[in-house]
Amino acid sequence: MKKINKIEIKVNGKFKFIPENYKISNLVTDLNIPLKKVAIELNQEIIDKKKISKIILKKNDKIEIVHFIGGG
Amino acid sequence: MKNDKIVIAKKKFNSRLIVGTGKYKNMPECAKAIKLSGAEIVTVAVRRVNITDKKKPLLMDYIDPKKITYLPNTAGCFTSEEALRTLRLAREIGGWKLVKLEVLGDKQNLFPDMIETLKSTEVLAKEGFKVMVYCNDDPLMAKRLENSGADAIMPLAAPIGSGLGIQNKTNIQIIRKQTKLPLIIDAGLGQASDATIAMELGCDGVLVNTAIAKAKKPFDMALAFKNAVIAGRQSYLAGRINKYLYGNASSPKTGIIT
Repeated sequence: MKKINKIEIKVNGKFKFIPENYKISNLVTDLNIPLKKVAIELNQEIIDKKKISKIILKKNDKIEIVHFIGGG
Repeated sequence: MKNDKIVIAKKKFNSRLIVGTGKYKNMPECAKAIKLSGAEIVTVAVRRVNITDKKKPLLMDYIDPKKITYLPNTAGCFTSEEALRTLRLAREIGGWKLVKLEVLGDKQNLFPDMIETLKSTEVLAKEGFKVMVYCNDDPLMAKRLENSGADAIMPLAAPIGSGLGIQNKTNIQIIRKQTKLPLIIDAGLGQASDATIAMELGCDGVLVNTAIAKAKKPFDMALAFKNAVIAGRQSYLAGRINKYLYGNASSPKTGIIT
């Protein structure tokens, strides 16, 4: 049987392989993202943070996770 | 002076100094400089979370957004689309509606692209954002921004990070006379006295980043800017004397011994 982690997605510009049935909430947990301090975009559309456990990621999905940093 | 508060989008602030959080050596230095400056509003940038280095310090761990008002900016955006996307994300992080719009038009001088800026202001105002707009020191454009729903007009003193101070006092004064919106000098200040001059021209506040963050002693400069803004405001409210070409003796001319 082939191993999991075969779906390719892009997170903040970097490729990542994920297993099937992998949700945005799994990504948030795996990357240790402080959910209250970020915003998440899936294919250029802002995601309601309350619904991340309902969105299953597909091949070639592009995720952007942003937060505030120092700036003028 | 006690009740002399600046009102931005119906919210009152005691400090008329807004500071940026960029270019500091590290987060603790940034946090301390902000504290010393007395600023109640700080600008912040929206950027990708570093997903490879999870230990990187977070701005929010050093500057509490419950105590200090975060003003998300669109630094690095060169089109209206980029700016709108950035600010919609900023709002999503935690409900930030008060934002600083900055759409740049040229990578070298960092002047604002006012056509893109104007377009963005209209859209953002319609979407319920409270938009503080970085703009050129052009009274006609400032008027257009005001008519498009801007909540504050923020003309540059000089190019961002240049430290040149206010280059066009006349235009700033004209903008002051024509608008009741908060007028905040944003970008290009180099030293504390530049802030005093801005305030004496009648501006409601100043926004400073590089001049504090890159000063040899950022903490002392933060304090200097705090005092300079207060001094400038007091001076403006006190009302300066008229200018004369010739001398006008300060001591009585009568009773002089002969």
